[in-house]
Amino acid sequence: MLKLNQINKVFNEATPDEKIALDQINLTLNTGDFMTVIGSNGAGKSTMLNMVSGSLTPDFGEIEIAGKDVTKYPEFKRSQMIGRVFQDPMAGTAPSMTIEENLAMAYSRNKKRILRKAVDKKRREIFRLALEKLNLNLENRLNAKVGMLSGGERQALSLLMATFTQPSILLLDEHTAALDPARAEIITNLTKQLVEKDQLTTLMITHNMQQALDLGNRLIMMDKGQIILEVEAEDKKKLTIPKLMDEFQRIRGEKLTSDKALLSF
Amino acid sequence: MFSAVFGSVEQGIIYAIMALGVYLSFRVLDFPDLTVDGSFVTGAGVAATMITFGYHPLLATAAAIVIGFLAGCMTGLLHTKGKINALLAGILMMIALYSINLRIMGLTSENSIGRPNIPLLNAETLYSKFYSFWSTLGIDTTINNFFEMFGLQYLPSTWGTLFIMTIIVIIIKLVVDWFLKTEIGLAIRATGDNKKMIRSLSANTDNLVIIGLGFSNALVAFSGALLAQYAKFADIGMGIGMIIIGLASVIIGEAIFGTKTIMRTTLAVIAGAIIYRIVLGLALRIDFLDTGDMKIITATIVICALILPQYFEKKREKNRKLKRHAERLSLKKEENSVA
Repeated sequence: MLKLNQINKVFNEATPDEKIALDQINLTLNTGDFMTVIGSNGAGKSTMLNMVSGSLTPDFGEIEIAGKDVTKYPEFKRSQMIGRVFQDPMAGTAPSMTIEENLAMAYSRNKKRILRKAVDKKRREIFRLALEKLNLNLENRLNAKVGMLSGGERQALSLLMATFTQPSILLLDEHTAALDPARAEIITNLTKQLVEKDQLTTLMITHNMQQALDLGNRLIMMDKGQIILEVEAEDKKKLTIPKLMDEFQRIRGEKLTSDKALLSF
Repeated sequence: MFSAVFGSVEQGIIYAIMALGVYLSFRVLDFPDLTVDGSFVTGAGVAATMITFGYHPLLATAAAIVIGFLAGCMTGLLHTKGKINALLAGILMMIALYSINLRIMGLTSENSIGRPNIPLLNAETLYSKFYSFWSTLGIDTTINNFFEMFGLQYLPSTWGTLFIMTIIVIIIKLVVDWFLKTEIGLAIRATGDNKKMIRSLSANTDNLVIIGLGFSNALVAFSGALLAQYAKFADIGMGIGMIIIGLASVIIGEAIFGTKTIMRTTLAVIAGAIIYRIVLGLALRIDFLDTGDMKIITATIVICALILPQYFEKKREKNRKLKRHAERLSLKKEENSVA
């Protein structure tokens, strides 16, 4: 479903700030795979996600989605196939527009936008049913402006909007990091539920190791622009946080201590 | 007094169409578009030129709308494809249009290339066409007789202009309301609200900016075409400061009538344009002030419209809090006495 082939990206090339963000990344996700990505800040996780979404283009290498080479597709064209939830709850929704209008925009993601009424009776019913599943009572506030919602509510809405049209790929960029633990758990459970419902192919970045272990069937660890560890289905189930730390030390020959706080366990 | 206010209302409605255009760019797209000063004159110039050549005023007005749309699209192209800063793209288009407008109006002159003004004194305009139909109905005398009963003097010669303008502006308001609720309209609003988000929902924000600015400037040019026919001339200088007038209308309207829904906001913008004209008209009747003071009056009106609402909102908030606080206190007292 998703294939990254020899992806390279260098920032600030030929300056003292030169940074190799991605170094020969190869990655294949099969349909229905749910992969979690961990690694310290600057490891290249977000850069990789931005490569997939199209907000960044690779210096070298190809990206393939659903069998199509999309390397040269601009972001808006790719996002027909990609649902995305950002870390910042403000980023995924339009604050001055209503809940139903936001959903209507997500609804026309994979259709051509034309001069027809965006919210009609039929669609409103679809939106209401979808919102009911969130259990946040949003279905009774269809005409409330999204700016009035709390961070958790907005993130739940973003998640719904991202998965609304069953995209080929779902990208989650630390989408629970800005929430308090209780809300984060709600969103985590919701993620599980929505991904399982449509068997979405998902790539999720997280700084929360427990979350990385709980969710998904595959796990990768990144460091300095490389994928240093890949754990597959059965092995992943047996994985624990201390094992993961040991693994990092074995590969890199250095302790992960400085990252303990970041990886929050 | 009455006829002065009447004239202000007539003009205000014409400018309201321009203000709706400014609302689309400034508020909906969040794009400070200065093309307006140029495209307003383009609309007036195209309409006046075609009317002078003998085309039907309806056709002339339609042509003005189309050219205005193209001008707006150009600004959008400069900004999105040329990556030029929004303000600069608008200014560049504005000064380029100055020359283009001279050339357009120059088409009517045999011995020069450019022409700074075109009089339409005896030409057929939308208003004269409509008036010839309207005057057969005898409505003017009926209405004037009615007002004379209340002892009003100096009544307007015709109510037809006001009538037709009201109809046109209501239709445009409904079109704008409808457009902003369509799938494309929603995407345009989201472009002004959260570009990153709507791009991740597979919308080409570049095209949306271009279309939005095109629509905005089409309305501005339409307003220019109507003003030229109303005032019976087109002049190269008639667009100066137009953007501020549009902005003033938007700000005044929003301050007084609120922005709860789209339909309410567009109505507020129209009302804002009319109120602005009335205030300006009344201010100019003060003996001390001269027509040359128009700009400083405009500046004062805009400053008041920006500052006064903050003051009133603060006061309202304070009163509300005082009242609620008193309620809560008395409630507590009751509970205590019960206990």
